Amino acid sequence: MKKSWWKILGLVMVAISIIAGFLGPVPALFLLHETIRNVYFHVPMWSTMFVLYLISVIYSVRYLSKGRIQDDLMAVEAVNTGIVFCIIGLLTGMQWANITWGDFWPNDPKTNGSAIATLMYLAYVVLRNALEEEQKRAKISAVYNIFAFPIMIVLMYIMPKMTDSLHPGSGGNGTFGDLDMDNQMRPVFYTATIGWILLGFWICSLRYRVRLLENKRNIIE
Amino acid sequence: MNTLQQVKTLVYKDIVLEWRSKYAINGILLYVVSTVFVCYQAFQSVDTLVWNALFWIIMLFASVNAISRSFVQESQNRQLYYYTLISPHAVILSKIIYNTLIMVLLSVIAYLAYSVTFNNPVGDPVLYATAVLLGSMSFASVFTMVSGISAKAGNNSTLMAILSFPVIIPLLIVLISLSQNALAGAPRVDSTNDIVVLLAINVITVTISLLLFPYLWRD
Repeated sequence: MKKSWWKILGLVMVAISIIAGFLGPVPALFLLHETIRNVYFHVPMWSTMFVLYLISVIYSVRYLSKGRIQDDLMAVEAVNTGIVFCIIGLLTGMQWANITWGDFWPNDPKTNGSAIATLMYLAYVVLRNALEEEQKRAKISAVYNIFAFPIMIVLMYIMPKMTDSLHPGSGGNGTFGDLDMDNQMRPVFYTATIGWILLGFWICSLRYRVRLLENKRNIIE
Repeated sequence: MNTLQQVKTLVYKDIVLEWRSKYAINGILLYVVSTVFVCYQAFQSVDTLVWNALFWIIMLFASVNAISRSFVQESQNRQLYYYTLISPHAVILSKIIYNTLIMVLLSVIAYLAYSVTFNNPVGDPVLYATAVLLGSMSFASVFTMVSGISAKAGNNSTLMAILSFPVIIPLLIVLISLSQNALAGAPRVDSTNDIVVLLAINVITVTISLLLFPYLWRD
C-alpha cells in the first residue's frame, strides 16, 4: 500500500477528469462548442508521451554510462508505451480535427511532425529487431534513441512554432490556455494531465517488470 | 598526433582510396545523372514548385546511396587497427568532412545536369547555391552518424532508409522553404532565419555525433 499510493492517485485523477470532463461546465465558444472537452483527453496523451520518451532517453544515457541491461529494458519499454500514447493522441486529434477543421488530416506542421516522430520511434523498434546480440542491441539502440530525441523535439515543438499552424500556441496563434480555457476548465485539465502521466508511467513500469522477469528466466535456462 | 592532424590524415586517406578505385564516386555520379534523366522523361516540363521538390528528392536518394557506404569499406580488422591508433572523434569527424566533400561534388553535378535538362527557373542563383551547399552539409552530417548505426546493424539498406528518413525530414522542410525563396527571388533578408536554423541543426547533429560515436565504435 505504501508504495502504490501514486498508482491509486493516478487512477483517481483520471477518473475525476473523465467524470468532470464530460459533466463539468465549459465555455460556449465559436466553432469549438462542446468539442473543447477533448482538450482533457487529447493534450494529456502528448504530455504522457513526452514524459515517457524523456524517461527513455534518460535510461539510454544511463545504459551507455553504466552498461546495466536493466536500464536498456526500461528505455525500450518507455518507448513502447510512449508509442501507444502517441497513437491514441493522433487518433483523438484526428477526430477533433475532423469536427473543427473539417478534415481528418489537415496539412498542419504539428500533425505532420508528430506523425514523423512516431515513424522515428517505430524505426527504433525495427532497429532493435534487426540486432540479435543483446549487448550490441542495447548499445546501438541507445545511441539511436539519444540521436532521435532532439530531432523529435525539433519536429513537434520547434518547427510548428516557426510556420503557420492550426494548433494553438504555434505560428503566432495564442496558446490554448490564454484564449479558450476558462478558470473552471484549468483544474480539470491539470488533473487529467498528471493522472494520465502517472497512469502511463504505471503501465511502463509493469511492462518493465514483466520484461525483467522474462530476462531473468532466459538467463537461468 | 593531435585530433586535428588525425582528421586530416584520415580524410586524405579516404580521398586517396577513392581516387584509386573511383568506383563509388563514378557509380554515384552516374546514379544521379540517370535519375535526372528518368525524371526528365517522366515529367517533360514542370512548374517551379515541382522543380524544387523533385530536385531535393533526387538529392535525398542520391545522398542516402552515397553515404550508406561510408562505413562498409572499413573492415572489422581495420577498425581494430584504428582503435589502437586514434581517437573515435577523429574517425567520425573525418567521415563527416569526407562525406561533405562528396556531397558537394554530387550536388554540383546534380544541379548542373538538372538545370540542363529541365530549364532553370532560379531567381536568385547565389542563394540557391547556398541552399544546395548547406543541404549537402546537412545530409552529410546526419547520414554519416545514421550510416554508422546501420553499419553496426548488419548494414542493410532498408534499415538505413527507415532510420534516416524521419531524421532528415525537419532539415528537408527548412531546405525546401529556403530554396523556394531563392527560386522566387525573394529578398535575402527573408531567408536568414532558415539559414540560421539549418546551421543550428547542423551544429547540434555534429555535437551529438561526436558525443555518441565513441560508444557506437567500441565493440
